[in-house]
Amino acid sequence: MAGEYALAFDQARARRLLIVPALFDEANRMRRLTVEVMRRLDGAGIDSVLPDLPGCNESLQPLAAQTPQGWRRAMAAAAQHFRATHVLGIRGGALLTPPGLPGWHYAPAKGASILRQLIRARILAAREAGRDESQDTLLAAGSMEGLELSGFRLGPEFLRAFQTLTPQPGASEVGQDMIGGGGLWLRAEPDEDRRQADALAAVLAIGMRA
Amino acid sequence: MQTDIDQLLRHILTDVLGLKAGQADGFTIETGLFGHLPELDSMAVAGLLTEMEDRLDIMIDDDEIDGELLETYGSLLAFAEAKRAAA
Repeated sequence: MAGEYALAFDQARARRLLIVPALFDEANRMRRLTVEVMRRLDGAGIDSVLPDLPGCNESLQPLAAQTPQGWRRAMAAAAQHFRATHVLGIRGGALLTPPGLPGWHYAPAKGASILRQLIRARILAAREAGRDESQDTLLAAGSMEGLELSGFRLGPEFLRAFQTLTPQPGASEVGQDMIGGGGLWLRAEPDEDRRQADALAAVLAIGMRA
Repeated sequence: MQTDIDQLLRHILTDVLGLKAGQADGFTIETGLFGHLPELDSMAVAGLLTEMEDRLDIMIDDDEIDGELLETYGSLLAFAEAKRAAA
């Protein structure tokens, strides 16, 4: 999976963390926290890398042509390329973490709940515009011809596979109660929280010390 | 006198709107939500409802969501309490 960009703190150190980002609209809301955690890990002597998923951010791939399996392969390739020793999946990123690596899932979300929320947002927006849509008809149509959700154009194969996706096995779950405060993916607008970044970085740095 | 559902709902709104601790205590049943708070767009409302489902252990049908439901804090609270009572 060549040709994707990544944000990296890489000084060829021994402890190396691959971060699989939150997905879709949540990616924007979690980006600042994610990078703040990377800065803290850098200060603690840990390298980290945050790759773009194919079809997202600066990727040259079309999003509509992606599949969850392709994203999993891309993250496995990123882990290998970066020689990651550990992995962190954030929210929907937990669906895509390479299972062979030890690591964490921060507030993992199922594919079905992510999809349900995106579709609900679309239904609400459509209703304001005087159009009536429903989960079932949108999903049925989407499984045949794809669907645009919050500006993300998802292909039929993606939609079919994504709704059954559950977090990859083997990772330790980091719940919001361990981080404190309210989850930033819930925010109506992107925000940051220094204490949450401190807490998440501490969980990771302590876990990677062993 | 706040019920448990009232408190939970204020917590959820605090998280979604990024309010300071205690700020949501000032919400009354007349406090305007959707249409009064520009940051509460359809994506944020979808997140709010999904979080209500998770934390209140209820299911919300998309057909039940309309402008009136989200008009004020009072209407949202009444909806949540009715849902919880039926669950």
